[in-house]
This record gives sequence, C-alpha cells and structure tokens, in this order.
Amino acid sequence: MTTQTVEIGYGGSERLTMNMGPQHPSAHGVFRAVLTLEGETVVAVDAVIGYLHRCHEKLGETLTYVQYPSIASKTDYVAAMTSELAYVAAVEKLGKIEVPKRAQYLRVLAAELQRIASHCLWLGTWCMDMGGALGGGATVFLYCIRERELILDRFEELTGARLLYGFHQVGGTRYDVPAGWDTKVRETVDFIEKRIDEYEAMLEGNAFFLARARGVGVISRALAQEVGVSGPLIRGSGVNYDIRRAEPYSSYPDFDFRVPVETAGDCYARYRVRMAEFRESIKIVRQVLDGLPEGPISSRPGVKSVGQVRVPKGEAYARIEGARGEVGCYLVSDGGPKPYRMKWRGASFSNLAVLPHIIPGHKVADVVAIMGSVDPVFGEVDR
Amino acid sequence: MTLPPLAWHALMAFIVLNAILGLVAYVTLLERKFAARMQSRIGPYYVGRPHGWLQPIADALKLMLKEDVVPTSADRGVYNLAPIVFLVPCILIYATIPFAPELGVADLNIGVLFFLAVSSLEIVGLFMGGWGSNNKYALLSAMRAVNQIISYDLPFIFAALVPVLLAGSLQMSAIVAAQQGLWFVAYPVFGQLAFVAFVVATLAAENRVPFDILEAESELVAGFRVEYSGMKFALIQLGEYAHMLGTSFLGALLFLGGWLGPGPAWLGPLWFLVKAVLVFLLVTWVRWSFVRIRVDQILAISWKLLVPASILLLLATGLWVATRGAGAG
Repeated sequence: MTTQTVEIGYGGSERLTMNMGPQHPSAHGVFRAVLTLEGETVVAVDAVIGYLHRCHEKLGETLTYVQYPSIASKTDYVAAMTSELAYVAAVEKLGKIEVPKRAQYLRVLAAELQRIASHCLWLGTWCMDMGGALGGGATVFLYCIRERELILDRFEELTGARLLYGFHQVGGTRYDVPAGWDTKVRETVDFIEKRIDEYEAMLEGNAFFLARARGVGVISRALAQEVGVSGPLIRGSGVNYDIRRAEPYSSYPDFDFRVPVETAGDCYARYRVRMAEFRESIKIVRQVLDGLPEGPISSRPGVKSVGQVRVPKGEAYARIEGARGEVGCYLVSDGGPKPYRMKWRGASFSNLAVLPHIIPGHKVADVVAIMGSVDPVFGEVDR
Repeated sequence: MTLPPLAWHALMAFIVLNAILGLVAYVTLLERKFAARMQSRIGPYYVGRPHGWLQPIADALKLMLKEDVVPTSADRGVYNLAPIVFLVPCILIYATIPFAPELGVADLNIGVLFFLAVSSLEIVGLFMGGWGSNNKYALLSAMRAVNQIISYDLPFIFAALVPVLLAGSLQMSAIVAAQQGLWFVAYPVFGQLAFVAFVVATLAAENRVPFDILEAESELVAGFRVEYSGMKFALIQLGEYAHMLGTSFLGALLFLGGWLGPGPAWLGPLWFLVKAVLVFLLVTWVRWSFVRIRVDQILAISWKLLVPASILLLLATGLWVATRGAGAG
C-alpha cells in the first residue's frame, strides 16, 4: 500500500510529530498512525500497517480446501463466520458445488448473528474511544460486551467454539442446529432488540456524544466511491450498496430486509447505519428461524481426508457482505486439492485507506473517534 | 487543659491529614463499587471479603512495591518534584475546611478564598509532570491542562462566590451558619443555578469525564502521568482523589449546609461527610455516563456559556443581596 499523505497548510506554528500506535489504547489492534500536529490539530497522517501480517494468502496455498476454512476465520476474528463463508463460497463457485437450502439458511443465520455480535463490539469500542476506559464509554462497552456474550453462547452451543468457529465447509455447513436452539436464539434477539433501544436512548439523548459524532470525519460520496470503502461506511455516505442486494448469495432474496442508508457521511451517519443494521439483522434472523427448511446440511459427505475436495482448473471470486463491508476471496485452481493462488479482499483494509483523506484538519481527539467509526479489525487488514 | 493555639493547629492538622488519606483510599473503593454497579459488574470483591474492603490497601502496597522507572531523557529534577508539587495543594485545601463548629485545622476568615487559590495551584505540579516527562503525550496533556484550568477556574470561583454573597462572609463556618434556615442549594433560583454551575465546573476542575481531556487515555494514553510509575504515580493519584474529595467537601459546605442536620450536635461531622460523599457520587455518576468532549468544545462551553452565565448570576445575586441585605437567606 502506498501511503498517501494529505497536508493542509496552517502556516506559522511549530509542528510536532506524534506516533499513535502500534501500541496505543485506541489502536484497535496494531495500527500505527504517525500524526503531524500543529497544536491540537492534525495536519498530516501517515498510516502504517502490517504489524499483524501472518502470510494468510501464502498459507491458503499450502492448505487444502477442507483445511483452510477454519483458518479463514482468523483473518477477521471479530466476525469469523463471514470470512469462512467467503472462502467456501469461492470454492463452491469454482467447483460449481450445490449448497442445500437448509445449509444456505443456516449460513444466513450465522452471518446475521455474527453481524449483531460484531456491531456490539464496534459500538462498545467506539464509545470507549470517545469516552475513555474510565468514563461513560466503558459503561457502554461493558453493556455491549454483555449482549455480545449471549450471541457467543449461542455460537458455542452450535459449534463448540466462541470466537473462531469452523462452521462452514465446502458444500454446506459442518454442524446442524441442536435441539431447542432456535427458541434460545429467538429469546436472545428479543433481548438484544430491547437493549439496542436503551443504547440509542443513552447515546442520542446525550449532547456530548452528538457533539463528538456529528460532522466529524465526513466521507463524501465521491471520496467513498473513489477509495472503494464498503459496508456501513459507503452506506453512511449515501450510496445504497449492499452485496446482499447487489449480488445475492445464500438465499438472501428469500428474506425481507431494508438496506439502511444515511447521507451525511460523518461518524454519526455511520453510527445510524449500524444501529439500523442491528434491527435488520434481527429481522432476518427471525425470518430464517421461521422458514428453516428440512433437509441435509451439506451436499458433500462428511470430511474423511483432507484432500477430499478437488475443484476443476479455473478461477473464481466470491464476495459477501460482512459486518465491515465487502469480504472477497479470489481463488485460482490448478485442479489439485489446494488452490494455486488465493487472495483476500479485506473490508477493513479498503475502509482504512480512507483515513488519510479525512483525518487532516481534525483534532487529536477526533482521530480516535474517526478510527473507531471505521471499525477496522487488524487481522483482516494485515492478514 | 487547653493547648496553645499552635499546638492545637498542629494536632488538628495531623489528625485531618491522616483521616483524609484514609478517607481518600476508601473513596476510591466507593467509586469503583459505584461504577461497577452502573456497569452491571461486581467490582473489587476478592481482596478482603466481603466486597473487597482491603482493595485500597492492596493497591497502595502494590504501588509502593513497584519499580520506579525514570525515563532516561526526562528532566529529572522537574520530573521527580512534580508529584509532590501536585500533591501538596491538593492536601492543603483541607486546611480551611471546618468539619464541625470549632473542629478544623484553621477556620480562616478568608477560608473560601484560600481554598480556591490553593486548589488552582495543582496545575503547577501537573504542568511540571507533563513537561519533565519529556513525552509528547504528556506534553500535549500539560498544554491541555493549562488551557482547561484557566477556562474553568473562573466559573468555579464565580459559582462558589454566590453562597459567599448570600452569606455575606468568606469564612466557612459563617457560611454554614447562614444556612441554618435554608440550605443554599434550596435558595430560590440563585442557589440552584450556582449549584449546577459549581458541579459542572467541579467536573472540569477535577479533570473528570466528560472533561478529562488531560488524562484522555484513548488519545493521550494517560496524559501527564504516562511516564510515572510506582510511588510517584500513587502520589499523583492520591492528590487527584484528595482534590476531588476536597471539592466535594466544599460543595457540601457551600450548598448543602455543611454539618447541619437532624440529631445531636456530635452527629455534625457525620452529616458533613455524608453530604460530601453525595456530591462525590453525583460527580461520579456523571463521570461514568458521559463520553469525553473535545478540547475546543470544552473551551467553547466555558467561554461562551459558563463564564458569561456565572458572571451574570454573580451580578444578579449581588444586586439581590444589596437590596435585601446580606445573610437574608
């Protein structure tokens, strides 16, 4: 990535170069921003990434199609279900593998629950960026973590894991719904829906929160499209773009949901989009539970050996709407049990590219608010 | 046996100092428990069951045993002196607070003035710490601190002067005596507005959320004390909480009638303590429910709203008192 530095001439006063990260309370992982300050005002940002690089794409070439899905969840570890899904979707596209209806519904269910969990974490950490670990932000954070915990419990009952699931496999899903699980999921989303109202009341009735979020970090529609941000960022900038609608996958056309769009492009617009997405996801979860068809959960037999799945020569790109935006996986196959080449398109990576364009001109305190509103996960940025 | 005045003051100072240090330790526990309840947590629990009553002592011990790290490029003299310069005014403010009639270190006739003057002095230690650490985060924090203290001391002083005007005296015991009939917080319009202004300015003067831009750990890590560790950090922390509690005592004294309350006279100090803790909890409540605001917004709130409003309030109170006569509450 070529880092782009945008400078604004303020003239006169002395400049201070300050390193924010890679170890910093609000670095959201290991992001390093080299800020040039004039007083409290940021005049230039140099974004440095790569501290969490784990050679995921090379790793993908050394592991078989059966092995990699559970590693794929480690790219975006906050929303592990979506990256797994992107990988298996690419393999299925490449091998023209059918996915049974029940598995498609289960995938949607997992993806939407994951979106709720991921947005919970985002809301909490973003408020903590603005409110401090010793202040009101921590209060919102702990509330959100409490709700996220419920979804992790449901995932634990489904897959046995709480963070990195290995739920998806080529041709379907690995696990079926345990008995009585759907009732628990319904209770969970009912509970969370009520709590979201509470957060909205707590935050939007708070003048200080509005002062920090409104008009801060404005991404114009043109900039959003030029840089290629996706997910809540582009929808917060007035572009109605959601892959669930634009290029539906996994039976999304079966469900009735709205794509929230805000036009302001500031942190508050992104917050509004995500809060609306909470409700839309809950709506989809209920529809999935109502209409879950009977049948097999996978079109392929259970895993017997790691080299079991082979796909014909060719290439394929599959993309899905993750919690942070477009998660894409590009695969080139030479006909063997492993892909010849694999490439991730991380949503956070592309979203993060907008930071140097919008941060200059803001105060130091806004840097963390803007960064939090972008919601980057560094496992996905560096891979 | 009557003690000579100097010995009496010294004895009282000794008692008050130790009582305050103990109280401050347990106020931190109170805040942690209170915040934990707000956040649906339990808070300290295991160190000293039930409810972690030994936690403050464990914390103090831990800080004492910690390695004291001095950054190599720090300005050693300034860096080492800063915690003490910070702590002294924070403790000194208790000198003029009477905890009951005749029970205090020194009930000066300019008590309120002394309190306000000394409490502003903490900024010196704070700035020394920020400057001496030779750290960019600390430096930014020190700059913010000066900004904020200059902006918020004015409304703080103006708000504190309203009860002074209503009572017609700068002496703390006289202010309490003037509230015999009606606490100043219940004094129509003037008292209530002044109390609100006082609480807001207190939040800023104590660097609490939403005005804690000097500490601002999500931006400036820990602000001016980022390089401090061990006992020096403990001194800064102690000073901060002592200052907070002292301001709460002042609020209880100026607005909530100090030691006045039902029951026999010896209950007075207890009432005073209860009221001060209530003010402290009010501040804590605000702290754990708001997000921090930006430095330019803080300055705008102060200069565009709080300073003019408190000046107007002070003027109006002055006119009211002039027409009615002092101590008319």
